[in-house]
Amino acid sequence: MRAFTYERARTPAEAAAAAASEPGARFIAGGTNLLDLMKLEIETPRRLIDLGGLKLDEIKATRDGGLRIGALARNTDLAADKRVRKDYPVLSRALLAGASGQLRNKATTAGNLLQRTRCPYFYDTNMPCNKRSPGAGCSAIGGFTRSHAVLGTSEACIATHPSDMAVAMRLLDAGVETVRPDGATRTIPIAEFHRLPAETPHIETALAPGELITAVTLPKPVGGKQAYHKVRDRASYAFALVSVATIIHEDGSGRVALGGVAHKPWRVEEAEAAMPRGAKATTEALLSGARTTAQNAFKLTLAERALGAAMAQPRG
Amino acid sequence: MKFDTPATTNPIDQLKIVGKPVDRIDGPLKTTGTAPYAYERHDALEGVAYGYVVGSAIAKGRIKAMDLGRARAAPGVLTVVTAQTAGKLGKGDNNTARLLGGPEIEHYHQAVAVVVAETFEQARAAAALIKIDYERAKGTFDLASAKDGAPPAKDNPDTAVGDFDTAFAAAPVKLDEAYTTPDQAHAMMEPHASIAAWKGDKLTLWTSNQMIAWSRGDVAKTLGIPKDDVRLVSPYIGGGFGGKLFVRADAILAALGAKATGRPVKIALPRPLMFNNTTHRPATIQRIRIGATQDGRITAIGHESWSGDLPGGGPETATQQTRLLYAGANRMTKMKLAVLDLPEGNAMRAPGEAPGLMALEVAIDELAEKLGMDPVELRVLNDTQVDPEKPGRPFSQRRLVECLRTGADRFGWNRRQARPGQVRDGRWLVGMGVAAAFRNNMVMKSAARVRLETSGQITVETDMTDIGTGSYTIIAQTAAEMMGVPLHRVTVKLGDSTFPVSAGSGGQWGGNSSTAGVYAACVKLREAAATKLGFDPTVAEFSDGQVKAGGRNAPLAQAATEAPLVVEDAMEYGDLTKTHQQSTFGGHFVEVGVDAATAEIRIRRMLAVCAAGRILNPKSARSQVIGAMTMGAGAALMEELAVDKRLGFFVNHDLAGYEVPVHADIPHQEVVFLDETDPMSSPMKAKGVGELGICGVAAAVANAVYNATGVRVRDYPVTLDKLLDGMPTLA
Amino acid sequence: MVEQSDAGLSRRGLMAVGVASAAVASAPSATAAPAQDAPILATVTLEVNDRKQTLHLDTRTTLLDALREHLKLTGTKKGCDHGQCGACTVIVEGRRINACLTLAVMHEGDTITTIEGLGTPERLHPLQAAFVRHDGYQCGYCTPGQICSAKAMLDEIKAGVPSHVTADLSDKPKLTEAELRERMSGNICRCGAYSNIVEAIAEVAGGLVKGEPA
Repeated sequence: MRAFTYERARTPAEAAAAAASEPGARFIAGGTNLLDLMKLEIETPRRLIDLGGLKLDEIKATRDGGLRIGALARNTDLAADKRVRKDYPVLSRALLAGASGQLRNKATTAGNLLQRTRCPYFYDTNMPCNKRSPGAGCSAIGGFTRSHAVLGTSEACIATHPSDMAVAMRLLDAGVETVRPDGATRTIPIAEFHRLPAETPHIETALAPGELITAVTLPKPVGGKQAYHKVRDRASYAFALVSVATIIHEDGSGRVALGGVAHKPWRVEEAEAAMPRGAKATTEALLSGARTTAQNAFKLTLAERALGAAMAQPRG
Repeated sequence: MKFDTPATTNPIDQLKIVGKPVDRIDGPLKTTGTAPYAYERHDALEGVAYGYVVGSAIAKGRIKAMDLGRARAAPGVLTVVTAQTAGKLGKGDNNTARLLGGPEIEHYHQAVAVVVAETFEQARAAAALIKIDYERAKGTFDLASAKDGAPPAKDNPDTAVGDFDTAFAAAPVKLDEAYTTPDQAHAMMEPHASIAAWKGDKLTLWTSNQMIAWSRGDVAKTLGIPKDDVRLVSPYIGGGFGGKLFVRADAILAALGAKATGRPVKIALPRPLMFNNTTHRPATIQRIRIGATQDGRITAIGHESWSGDLPGGGPETATQQTRLLYAGANRMTKMKLAVLDLPEGNAMRAPGEAPGLMALEVAIDELAEKLGMDPVELRVLNDTQVDPEKPGRPFSQRRLVECLRTGADRFGWNRRQARPGQVRDGRWLVGMGVAAAFRNNMVMKSAARVRLETSGQITVETDMTDIGTGSYTIIAQTAAEMMGVPLHRVTVKLGDSTFPVSAGSGGQWGGNSSTAGVYAACVKLREAAATKLGFDPTVAEFSDGQVKAGGRNAPLAQAATEAPLVVEDAMEYGDLTKTHQQSTFGGHFVEVGVDAATAEIRIRRMLAVCAAGRILNPKSARSQVIGAMTMGAGAALMEELAVDKRLGFFVNHDLAGYEVPVHADIPHQEVVFLDETDPMSSPMKAKGVGELGICGVAAAVANAVYNATGVRVRDYPVTLDKLLDGMPTLA
Repeated sequence: MVEQSDAGLSRRGLMAVGVASAAVASAPSATAAPAQDAPILATVTLEVNDRKQTLHLDTRTTLLDALREHLKLTGTKKGCDHGQCGACTVIVEGRRINACLTLAVMHEGDTITTIEGLGTPERLHPLQAAFVRHDGYQCGYCTPGQICSAKAMLDEIKAGVPSHVTADLSDKPKLTEAELRERMSGNICRCGAYSNIVEAIAEVAGGLVKGEPA
């Protein structure tokens, strides 16, 4: 870990301005991913701006009947929030399926969205990686790929996004509120927030340099039976092989998003249009264009079967 | 004391304290965080500098150039030690690869440098500044492709009895299958860690090590100094499982760093370095052939195993148990060893039997199905009370059948449906599996010093280690029983090379052997105390803190009123292990649920019934077994060091990538010990359970998965991706 | 834990630390090093086991290393240093966290309870005593983390925080075996004492509600 200066931010705008003023500056909130990566020198900030003092952890109802979740709301608190449990149970479920009690107590909403991949080659600085060092090549391709992406991959990167929460946020059409270094604010639709790797896998989100997430908003509740099924080898404290988030209405319509299969939460409009026609049609549209390796091809079957089960009998 | 005739009645048989489920005497220290582990000796020394190890970035080749300039100039850095600066280093008898590599690189993450600095943060940052130019050499990393040319494993000759080929060819029912087990990691919770301090030529190492005497010798040999100049201190060890049997890089590099700086130096291996830097259980490819009569009698049994290791390394002895477990007139085993350039393979909990039974006990399940027999009955039918290779050599005790019968009864085995895929509980397909557990009992010379203090307290000193096994407690129980004092009147000091040399913790021999050594020393102390008090030592009884004989009694403490009474003795062994086969036995029963849609596997129930001689402490022995069952569950369902066959390393080298079971994976576990003593093993009449407990577990899980789903997986771990294609279509 | 620790946040308020107190260590080679590599020191005051402790630390020092190396409270263990094992679990402001994945300087004024703050060998905390009674440990290395985690975990159930295995999100979670196993899953015990650990915790919690099968 390289030496860094440490300061506490006073306001979000000031934090954003400070971060933009220096290329080596990074925000830190929960720190559960950033410090992990700093110890390995995958992240090497020279200046850490601690957001802990910003009062960005409130969860408030919005005027249009939705919810505004402060960027610093802890995963534990968000999952336990009565309104989330009642109106957005898929979000509670996704959060509770992630990490451990200890990590959820520290990890924040914004930090969860910004988690970096768990690709083991990304984590080993002896291995070439286009995310760590653009143009270096991808050592995962042709290597051990059981956990890697099967959708939206590129020649440069086959990493997945590890978050469970983000899959639920995608399903719920969340918006990501930010403030930029110049003080301007905007809301980025979650669909546009995470990027596919293409030729620039090191650019993972739509955030501009210094841009700070202040909140994540949820539109008003859409009802339906909501479920999040995370499939993993170990029963807990493990990343998803595949996860399936669903909202299913009584008329058979609904929404579906997958985790563990792509560089971002995977949701396809055509697939949702196909939902009333059943799991098979839905899966076909959802997984169309998949590119697999011998080690991760099972994810397609797994996603199909997990979705089939979810659509046959939604789990509360 | 020599143990060369079967034990008769002795003071241990009183079982006033031995055999009781007493709480561990080190429990209050461990549960309050006050037991000091190797890296934590603020109590022992000050001014300690921090070392951070740099591992090789390639698997095989050589270092062309190292740029240490920036690291040396970095703030706080005291020194950088490399093979070039370290001077001539030897290699320990128990090491295959060198602990400090360069210029030749033998495996990925082989240590190539250590940075010593004032603080941990400085050492770690400076380590990242070292730039190394490597020349990569072609290596062999894939066991499957290296298997065919692999020669027989040295020191492990082929075995053959009768005529296997003919008998197998003639057998009316045959099984011929291949199984694979992956490389596995010990993944003990405490990383390998050491603090080294020199006083002149004398080195003290506070280290985390299972085998003090071996490792003391290997430290001396590696550093090229006399053994007498090395002291190892290892009172608490945060798990070992075979991974801390030997000296590793932390100890040697701490010693070198301390020498170079004139300061005590401490080093813990960073977790992501451990998996490739240290040892692992090697992967195997196994072929099992069994021929049987229509009524299930085995007529031919053959087991071949292939594994790989670095040049000069050894095989995973996966065929071991097949020589002894089942009857059958015609038998053969073979082990082949390929040269692989992966990290060093070595012992992990029940080396040989653990992966061997993962294959054999699935093969038996498959054979039972072919025969249309219950797998418990097939095992019972083929039981043997003698060494099948040498029928004149009986087992000292062998109650495998009783283990299986008792287990079947307790587990409700009769509710198992022989046809797989028949039982459904909501979303779960449910199945049951069984496997035999088998592990040999080894006995090792072990010495102890016991002292009757002037206060009447008994102090036991031996270099035995407690790696979580309960050594402190069973040694205290042994001494208390022998000397007739309550448990709290015994103080046990372990893990210091200034103490008499013990059996150490390995091969599940530690419990029986180390207590037998304490028994020997206590016999001597009884003689000394009785004589001192004017009793006839041959008839004196020791109980309630008193020595009694001839209608007279005196407090034991009186024997040490002037000065402590100190004696030392060792237990050595004669030929009883040659005349009798000594082994431990068990039956594992497992129920699993497999998600009908996703094929996720979850264990619902686990039971082990063990026959392992006298159980010295049923509480800590039970813990050994449930722990082993847990590790066996991991081996069955998730544990695999994934090999990158291009680059030659274990890819998933941290605890997020290498999954071991968590709380949610493990249900309540039942353990039953058969009431048994084995007078052939030692005066303690005990054997080991710590490794027995893992033997067969994974096969029982795999067999339960088959019973639940009808999908037979022969490549461990049994993960959902291997089941999906065979799962029933969704309704 | 659903309660907020706003008081703690506002107390930390607007202070900036670290930058002003930047300094190099006293190592002889420090002057030769590029300036940006010099450690940056900061002062932080922690309230550990009811004692205020002021430390002058390299900003890179994790809470875990501050406890183990600077305060010599080695009961909190370093198993992986990457949030993958739980051996470093401590209770900060009433919540269990991994001390390895947080910086000491981020905890100005925070109340921290480590295993040493729960009990001593002579006066064991009920959880510590139950772990001894049920043999809920073997090598002992994960044990302090398990116990700290268990303590805070029981508070989480009491506070109504749901878990992955809570059947009904609208209900208060019940004290079942499945709940304990899921909630304790961030604490790995390679010795495999899980079965006994859960029994020890259940005893202290006052017994389990019979849960749904897994």
